[in-house]
Amino acid sequence: MIDYSKILSEKVADLKPSGIRKFFDLAAEVKDVIALTIGEPDFKTPWHIREAGIKSLEKGRTWYTANAGLFELREEISKYLKRRFSLEYDTKDIFVTVGGSEAIDLTIRAIIDDGDDMLLPIPSFVCYDPICKLAGGNVVTIPTKRENDFRLTAEELRAAITPKTKLLVLPFPNNPTGAVMRREHLEEIAEVLRGTDIMVLSDEIYAELTYGGERHVSIAEIDGMKERTIIVNGFSKAYAMTGWRLGYVAGPSPIISQMLKIHQYAIMSSPTTSQYAATVAMSDCDKEVEDMKQQYDMRRRYLVKAFNDMGLDCFTPEGAFYVFPCIKSTGLSSEEFCEKLLHSKKVAVVPGGAFGTSGEGFVRVSYSYSLEHLMEAVKRIGEFLEELKK
Amino acid sequence: MDQLLKLLEQNAKLSTEQLSAILGKSEEEIRKAVEEYERTNVIVGYNALVNWEKINPNDCTAVIELKVQPKRDHGYDELAAEIMRLDEVQTVWLMSSSSYDLSVIVRGHSFRDISMFVAKRLATLESVTSTATNFVLKRYKEHFFPFEEIEKDERRHLNID
Repeated sequence: MIDYSKILSEKVADLKPSGIRKFFDLAAEVKDVIALTIGEPDFKTPWHIREAGIKSLEKGRTWYTANAGLFELREEISKYLKRRFSLEYDTKDIFVTVGGSEAIDLTIRAIIDDGDDMLLPIPSFVCYDPICKLAGGNVVTIPTKRENDFRLTAEELRAAITPKTKLLVLPFPNNPTGAVMRREHLEEIAEVLRGTDIMVLSDEIYAELTYGGERHVSIAEIDGMKERTIIVNGFSKAYAMTGWRLGYVAGPSPIISQMLKIHQYAIMSSPTTSQYAATVAMSDCDKEVEDMKQQYDMRRRYLVKAFNDMGLDCFTPEGAFYVFPCIKSTGLSSEEFCEKLLHSKKVAVVPGGAFGTSGEGFVRVSYSYSLEHLMEAVKRIGEFLEELKK
Repeated sequence: MDQLLKLLEQNAKLSTEQLSAILGKSEEEIRKAVEEYERTNVIVGYNALVNWEKINPNDCTAVIELKVQPKRDHGYDELAAEIMRLDEVQTVWLMSSSSYDLSVIVRGHSFRDISMFVAKRLATLESVTSTATNFVLKRYKEHFFPFEEIEKDERRHLNID
């Protein structure tokens, strides 16, 4: 018998399975669950994006593209960064990845060596921590606070920096809190970083999904920050293209060229069909994005009010498609809350602790669902809370 | 307030309170806007979309094409007004078609019911020169609502993305 535990990489074997697995396994056993768990748009990819993919297949464009991606797509990305953020990136400083996920992986692997520190505001998306550990780095978490609207503050950042700090992950608009960093908040962060050699991984996958008039600002726009920033973005959320698996990175040439080296060896090139489709998404879909955003915005307002009305304090998120109500008033842990809600009302929401220890006491509720679906869920959650009081 | 109309068109049961939350306007603003839409007949009415076939399997719908010879003092509008008054009639449209002029949608308890209605009440109208009755065999979708669930949410709900 082979003892596989001796064969497996220690780093891999030591990775903790996602804390949420247990809850999801439970949820999978309950029939007819009303789920509010999902992190991908309920909309389908706008038709003319799909059509561009289909046309590329009809024309037989089924080969690899250049390692960095189709030139015309990189050109569209460059134009987008210019018109949207006034950021000038040459096409050679941009390349196309398999989703934002690959871009995150490459950024961390290109920068983090054994023993390096990576700063990670939490709660946040679950992938940064394990990727950093695989690269041999240490994750230094920075809990963001409800009273700061879940923003990273300059003081918190300053306190977390060590001589070993090489990278700061800046995941805003944030999954799961929906928090955004406005220009003035980014200025403060930049003030801390400008005198250092710390790089920023700015995960801007939700850049187009912000609400209330203020659009997302990239930290690369702030004085002295472009040379310190690797922008990670992609097509999944704004264009409802999760299944196409397409993202991109833009950053300083010396870093991008090294990241591209890993991409060449590990991936070769991103899916060709998706790249043709994404070219149309970038050049010709602002209206569709705006329409989807309007729908999200209506649901967001509905949920924030509904949770606050039910007595669960709910911060008004300004980005992404999640609300993050606090459930501490129920006296339950977030996992208990989720399990009880699941069993008594067949509604599934995600325990906040899954996104980092400071997410405890909160739950993540996705609004990538129709209003009708959300209303039914809210009705049941209301009944659940009433029954808890008894 | 276009968004308000779109929401109500899809779901007239939304309460003022819900609409106020969804649209980020005060309840007073919503109430006033709806009243104004009702007053000016922008919102013509509210109704439930009923699947009568579930109550009575023989219930049916027909789309009737009427050819009309309009006369002085008795044109399309006057004829349509007469047809609109009939309780069985759900919809009356003036069409731009080379083969007929008015389209009338009628509901009844049976094919025979509707055929008799056409023969007795529509064909006999002055200025109607011919009728063609098309029976609906299956209603798939009306007013944005599918009669049977056609698409399931195929996303993987139990994953963190």
